[in-house]
Amino acid sequence: MQNFEYIAPNSAIAAAQALSPKQGLTAVLAGGTDLLSLMKERVETPTRVVSLRNIAALRGVTKQGGGLRIGAMATVQDLLDSKAAAGYASLLQAARGITAPQVRAMGTVAGDLLQRPRCWYYRNGYGLLAMHDGKALVPSGENRYHAILGNKGPAYFVNASSLAPALISLGAQVTVAGPEGERSMALADLFQIPSSASERENTLEPNEIVTEITVPSASGWKTGTYEVRQRQLLDWPLVTASVALRMRGNRVSDARVVLGHVAPIPWRSSEAETALNGQAANESSGEAAGKAAVSAATPLSQNSAKVQLATIAVKRAVAMAG
Amino acid sequence: MSSKNPTDGPVCGPDQEPRKGFSRRTFIEGVGIGAGAVGAIGAAEPARAQSSEPVGPDPVAITLNINGKSHELKVEPRVTLIDALRNRLDLTGAKKVCDRATCGACTVIVDGDPVYSCTMLAIEAQGRRIETIEGISTEDSMHPVQAQFVEHDAQQCGFCTPGLVMAGKAIVDGNSQPSMADVESGLSGNICRCGTYVGVRKAVYDAARA
Repeated sequence: MQNFEYIAPNSAIAAAQALSPKQGLTAVLAGGTDLLSLMKERVETPTRVVSLRNIAALRGVTKQGGGLRIGAMATVQDLLDSKAAAGYASLLQAARGITAPQVRAMGTVAGDLLQRPRCWYYRNGYGLLAMHDGKALVPSGENRYHAILGNKGPAYFVNASSLAPALISLGAQVTVAGPEGERSMALADLFQIPSSASERENTLEPNEIVTEITVPSASGWKTGTYEVRQRQLLDWPLVTASVALRMRGNRVSDARVVLGHVAPIPWRSSEAETALNGQAANESSGEAAGKAAVSAATPLSQNSAKVQLATIAVKRAVAMAG
Repeated sequence: MSSKNPTDGPVCGPDQEPRKGFSRRTFIEGVGIGAGAVGAIGAAEPARAQSSEPVGPDPVAITLNINGKSHELKVEPRVTLIDALRNRLDLTGAKKVCDRATCGACTVIVDGDPVYSCTMLAIEAQGRRIETIEGISTEDSMHPVQAQFVEHDAQQCGFCTPGLVMAGKAIVDGNSQPSMADVESGLSGNICRCGTYVGVRKAVYDAARA
């Protein structure tokens, strides 16, 4: 990898101040499981790496005001081991899908959210929008793992996060620190579909870092995550769905359905939510929600199978929640 | 791109030569150390790698605690733990295979957790307790995981074996009664191209109970 200077500040603000406001010049190092590979491939070539390892305030998974606080340096294993996270079934199910103990021990929850897309064109240096000689490579290329929703272009990759669908369905917020101070937003607003090569798949400024993720109490919600996988271990899922259902009696009064690996962002499906609201949570409502979730799908030349997989993921996530 | 290419300069390369007499390894190590010493002239800031001032890109003095012993060395910030172990400290048990946090051949144990040493910067491994395959046995006795690997014939070409043994040790260190599902999950970050998984799982399962 290209050589760089290294700095490990003691506070989030100092870390943000050590970052360049210009995209690509500096990089944030947390667990490193994604960043180091990108640097070895020279997809990322920062001249300075800012490590978060000395910032004690970013560690830990703790209870906070009836909910959950996940520090930006908390690892996936920290989340799985945490008593505070015990009531968040869908989140833990998603975390268990990250199987390699090495990745669980090194990789952070925030890093899972901010990992760059796994699109093989992007990973091989064609850029996030996979362009070559002014032409988009994905629509006529190898696209069996690419997006089936939100794929009108120019972005066709899928968001690779395992935990974002569950966290968004649980109503998570994220706090980020910049050189001037902190701001908070709904986790869903951390993600965007880039409309040009100058945009990324997240809304962070180049000199902002995530400091924590907070999740409201899941009390009163039935939640579930289901991943459709090619390999049971080690690999990313093909499609994932997380649901959170608030019940009134035996009927769903408030449904949240978020799919992963189907779109350039974690994909909240209002169609699936509408299909569930007012219904009992069972196989037939789950199936209806699954079909509704893909009603607007526009598969590419090789990935129509993902439409069916998404249907099944939603149906089974509803079953796991119920 | 970088003015220094390939990545780790002259000390990064295949290193499977026999270790007799004046080997290529001995030669390139000498070059590496020499270069480090030149880079350090005028730097004189061994304690700064942990501080909030930037260090590098020239070599930085770091201290690594490996198998209970303290090692001082100078590395560029980009040097990974696996390269520091293999190319600087002659601890060549851990293998560099995929170099992309996928295959597990580089697995070592850091603060009790199995980690991919290819994907941890050496500078970030400071202040942490590093265990490598070299540290788990003596001349006379094997670690129980190693002994059970022999018992179950759990290797063929052997290239993945050090990583699997360390992943297995991390399992048995944390759990004296792992289920077979625990063992499978605990070994899921390691790939064996020969397909020795059946024997490896039995070996780790039995080692926990030995």
